[in-house]
Amino acid sequence: MDFTLTPEHLMIQNLVRDFGQKEVQPTIKEWDRQQQMNPETLPRMAELGILGICLPVKYGGQGFDYIALGLVCEELEAIDTSLRVVMSVHMGLNSLAVLQWGTEAQKQRFLVPQAKGEKYAMFGLTEPGVGSDVANLASTAKRDGSDYLINGEKMWISLATKAHHILWFAKTDPNAKNPHEGITAFMIDAGTKGVTCGDLHGKLGVRAGSTGWVNCSEVRVPQENRIGEEGEGFKIAMSALDNGRYTVGAGAAGIIRASLEASVKYAKERQAFGKEIGKHQLVQQKIAYMVQRYEIARLLYLRAGWLKNLGRRNTRETSLAKWYITDASFESANEAIQIHGAYGYSDEYDVERYLRNSRGAIIYEGTSEIHQLMQAGYALGYREDGELRCELPKYDPKVWQEE
Amino acid sequence: MNIVVCIKQVPDSAATLKVEEPSNVSWGDALLIINPWDEYAIEEAIRLKEKFGGKVTVLTVGTEQSKEALKQAVAMGCDEAHLISDPAFVGSDALAMTYILAQAIKQLGEVDLVAFGKQAIDSDTGLVPAGVARRLGWPLLSYIAKIDEIDPAGKSLKVTRLLEQGRQSVSSKLPVVITAVKEINEPRYPSFMNIRKAGKLQIPVLDAAAIGADVSKLGATQAATQWLKVFPPPARTGTVEMISGDSPQAIAVTLADKLLAEKVI
Repeated sequence: MDFTLTPEHLMIQNLVRDFGQKEVQPTIKEWDRQQQMNPETLPRMAELGILGICLPVKYGGQGFDYIALGLVCEELEAIDTSLRVVMSVHMGLNSLAVLQWGTEAQKQRFLVPQAKGEKYAMFGLTEPGVGSDVANLASTAKRDGSDYLINGEKMWISLATKAHHILWFAKTDPNAKNPHEGITAFMIDAGTKGVTCGDLHGKLGVRAGSTGWVNCSEVRVPQENRIGEEGEGFKIAMSALDNGRYTVGAGAAGIIRASLEASVKYAKERQAFGKEIGKHQLVQQKIAYMVQRYEIARLLYLRAGWLKNLGRRNTRETSLAKWYITDASFESANEAIQIHGAYGYSDEYDVERYLRNSRGAIIYEGTSEIHQLMQAGYALGYREDGELRCELPKYDPKVWQEE
Repeated sequence: MNIVVCIKQVPDSAATLKVEEPSNVSWGDALLIINPWDEYAIEEAIRLKEKFGGKVTVLTVGTEQSKEALKQAVAMGCDEAHLISDPAFVGSDALAMTYILAQAIKQLGEVDLVAFGKQAIDSDTGLVPAGVARRLGWPLLSYIAKIDEIDPAGKSLKVTRLLEQGRQSVSSKLPVVITAVKEINEPRYPSFMNIRKAGKLQIPVLDAAAIGADVSKLGATQAATQWLKVFPPPARTGTVEMISGDSPQAIAVTLADKLLAEKVI
């Protein structure tokens, strides 16, 4: 068993780490306070090629593997969650779904500009009244000749006011006996007549990110924009979540690392009872747990990435990684605040932001409760993954890096 | 232009160094990086290539592991890389290193410019660029903060050197050896395209025979300098005093008084 990262992985990691530390870290607190996304962030990520990291070169991507995607997410979220969220929606939930389910023509139309970072992408599943209960979504898509007319509202959408393409899920058959089979996926250009959007403010965390709502009112979408078959939307959404959850888990490992690094640094600086606080055993215990959580996090997400590279189904492993790592990131950020004492409670230090940022991921892309049900379901034999018509393609460096 | 950059793989500046008796320094399994000063040399070489065409070849003397540093340089935009490696090189000092590098550079055809960082952050001697220039018989322009003019066809250049006393403007003929200081540029990130290229690159290894080096001049026994004793510097002592006051003005007055009393200002 080889746990070694390749020289390319290490270079990618360094590149993204440098970008984050030099270009994002110096101003992130200000953007977080203002509850605004730095307008430079997306164009810079596009320019560097981060937005196409694990897509084939022939589709405008950078040709690296799914492990590289995980490493990128960890590095981004070690700086700020808002950066990793971009990868979750643009790459994990949208672009990889097009790679997996899209026709060649759709890949040319949607994936190529997304991989190049000319267009940003988002994912429209959650609605004001529907979160975990996906099959009950209210948005509708009605046939009108060779088009569909789409109505409905999506809520808690990352990049709602920034992205150009939205992968939208709507009911084409609201009366389907099995409600899972009544859902269909569409790629909608946010510039289409009838699409409106706005940002939401007042979130606990990820304040330097864009989160909002998108509304479709009689939006006409041609049949060519339908991703997959009619009724295949639920499967597409769930497979997209296998990739989105991977980015969330990998990213949360970055919060654990950042919490650990901040805690180690502070524990050596701060004195109490005549010695640096790192010499006190209860502080050591907190740091030991962060080390443990980080190492487990890495093993879990890298295994999921490895399975993706092999083209093997990883719903169970990705769910486990996402559940464990997001919970662990919240615990780690919380303990990092405790180590920092009152200073940790203030935004003079970064750890309070880590705590606020870590909280959302315990809700989105499958709440921890949903993941517990999934894991129990697998263990009890109540749940098994059926084959999909289109599987996520395995990583083949020759195919991926072919110019 | 045909440009050569000589780099060194060094322990990360954040690595914890330990002194091991009698005269060895260890950094455990710390991350190894390109000597940070060398990144400025790489960046300047790539900029010259982008402006005037040609190629940038990166060299390092080291072991198989040093290929990682070469790949990093290729990922930044260098075109070719050579690892210069031979068991006979082990224990060579700075003087021998100048011989090895000069011999290697002589194998690379007509070179216009050889670039170094001003020194390496591990041994910190700053001797190698000067020695290489001497052995090649070329001028050395050290501590370059700016290349003001360069005329590859006319084989001349004009640079600004950054010295303790101030800035110095110098002209020279090409070929030349330069050393870069951090004021010269801002090194770029590698690009993903070049990381792909670096990942596939097979790096040729040049041994003593390939560079025509006389091994009797190399190795620990032939070193002109020896590390007689290595010891950690004494820990810094000092105290921190926090100055408080009712207003910024009051704090500033207290601070100024203390600095005057200490004869700092």
